[in-house]
Amino acid sequence: MNPPASSPVVAAPVFAVSGIGVRFGGIVALDDVSLDVAAGSVHGVIGPNGAGKTTLFNVCCGFVRPDSGQVLRHGRPVPDLRPHRLASMGIARTLQGVGLFRGLTVVENVMVGADRHRRAGFASTLFALPRSDRDERALRERAMTALAELGAADHRDRLPGSLPYAVQKRVALARALATEPDLLLLDEPASGLGADEMAELGELIRGLTTRMSVVLVEHHMDLVMDVCDRITVLDFGRVVADGTPDEVRDDQAVIDAYLGEETRP
Amino acid sequence: MAQQTLQEPPAATTGRRRLRWRPRSTFGRHALTVVVAMVAVMLVLEFTSPFRNSQLATMSYYAIAAAGLTVLTGVNGQISLGHGALMAVGAYTTGLLLGPDGDGALPLPLIMLVAATVTALVGTVVGAAAARLHGPYLAGATLALAVAVPGLAIYFDHTLGGEQGLRIASPEVPGWFDATIYFLFAHETPSAKYLAYLGWGTLLLVLLLLANLMAGRVGRVWRAVRDDEVAAELAGIRLGRVRVLAFVVSAACAGLAGAVLGVVVRLAAPSGFTIVLSLGLLTAVVVGGLGSLVGALLGSALLVFLPPAVTNLGTAAGLDGTQAAQLAPFVYGVVLVLVMLLAPTGAVGVFTKVWRKR
Repeated sequence: MNPPASSPVVAAPVFAVSGIGVRFGGIVALDDVSLDVAAGSVHGVIGPNGAGKTTLFNVCCGFVRPDSGQVLRHGRPVPDLRPHRLASMGIARTLQGVGLFRGLTVVENVMVGADRHRRAGFASTLFALPRSDRDERALRERAMTALAELGAADHRDRLPGSLPYAVQKRVALARALATEPDLLLLDEPASGLGADEMAELGELIRGLTTRMSVVLVEHHMDLVMDVCDRITVLDFGRVVADGTPDEVRDDQAVIDAYLGEETRP
Repeated sequence: MAQQTLQEPPAATTGRRRLRWRPRSTFGRHALTVVVAMVAVMLVLEFTSPFRNSQLATMSYYAIAAAGLTVLTGVNGQISLGHGALMAVGAYTTGLLLGPDGDGALPLPLIMLVAATVTALVGTVVGAAAARLHGPYLAGATLALAVAVPGLAIYFDHTLGGEQGLRIASPEVPGWFDATIYFLFAHETPSAKYLAYLGWGTLLLVLLLLANLMAGRVGRVWRAVRDDEVAAELAGIRLGRVRVLAFVVSAACAGLAGAVLGVVVRLAAPSGFTIVLSLGLLTAVVVGGLGSLVGALLGSALLVFLPPAVTNLGTAAGLDGTQAAQLAPFVYGVVLVLVMLLAPTGAVGVFTKVWRKR
């Protein structure tokens, strides 16, 4: 999706946060955090436990209102960000863990992801009009396309609880892709995956960049260093480094953050 | 996660085993089931005693309300202890519109539609409040509804008849209906039988519409919100709206159930809509199997047919009348406890499990 012609800056990042500050009571969770996500790039957010990565994600999704700063989409501020508006803004997010609907089959789970593409309303479902059946078929096709892309199409009629964890994670990703976003926020997509599965995930994420930008919160350094174009490092709610994987790897502040205070001179 | 070719079988033919003669469209499938059920209902009503007819009429309004409740509680995950009160709204609306003698009143189907609409409006208000509450808080709020609404009838005793309640005219058997039944079965239709037909006709219509909702997008979204709010919201679903919609649909069913109750019992009185009614409905839904329309039907059958059966058993075992009558609530409680302990998925859940194991 290109920024509209009226956009103030042509090369505005697809998504940015600027000067975000969040406090929980007296505790500063985020302090003046900014990041820019360029179109078609993979942007990693890393940092030790409790650095504020998930809080930052929650700000990006409207679950947490920042005390200061703003979220920008295509260079324009988003005044009233709410979780349910993300999908229509072209933003999808996966959750830590899997967050699948346990009472819905795999394909139904993904169909909920595709729900924003529905055409039929309440009345056509109530009276089961042909229009409603057509709409259901279209949503199911979208869902199957997303599942097939992730190699999970064979599990379409299973309940998520009966599938291995790695497959559940793929279904969750398929559900996010079914919204057809141009920005995908991945919250620890590699947690609980084996080495092979992680390599596949890395390839998959790189493959997505032709269609969307990806923001990635992740603990596994190998994956982050392999797939990210740019990395923002958080520590104690502050940005301590921001740059390409190579720049970040050798940054003293990053080494300090990961190795702990006592190594500082 | 290799790319996989898109040579999937057409989506409609996947999943549960399909019978060849089944209609392809959702409406066709559900309508066929309803037509078959209607024939079965006619046979049952025509070949059972007037007493059974009246029991079946009672079962029909319990089942209408229970079907609405199972959608709310089982499918959308909201509990309501106030459905008895919503039935009262439907019954009193019917009573006010139909009057004690039925003269010059609107046609009955229209009155029932108005009763459902009025109750749906009440449901919108309650649902909007309920959408912000969870678990015990929601139970408490709806419990307050169950307690308050019968009180209103006593407070406005001029219009609503106070403790005595509103007398409701029994609708006359329409000529065309009598003629049709006479043509098919060669006997007259007494009023009690007509009311059973009315109740079951309404019930089947309600089941058809609810089955449509549950099979389609609306039901899927309701279940999604029940299972994981955060994930549903991230898929672009507005939680509040979806919850209120479930409450409104459920309230409309309760209102229709109240309307049928009104004409069957010929009375809308506060004593008929106590918390016991609300709890009975919830029990029926749980025992039958939460979230299943068939379960709601089974649960309401239990609500109607279990107590007399147990009383008979008690009398046969040598208990006197009073003791035997007290046995029914006891057995009912035991059944509920056993279901919760041994088969929390209810009767339908057990049947499904047995069926799958074959």
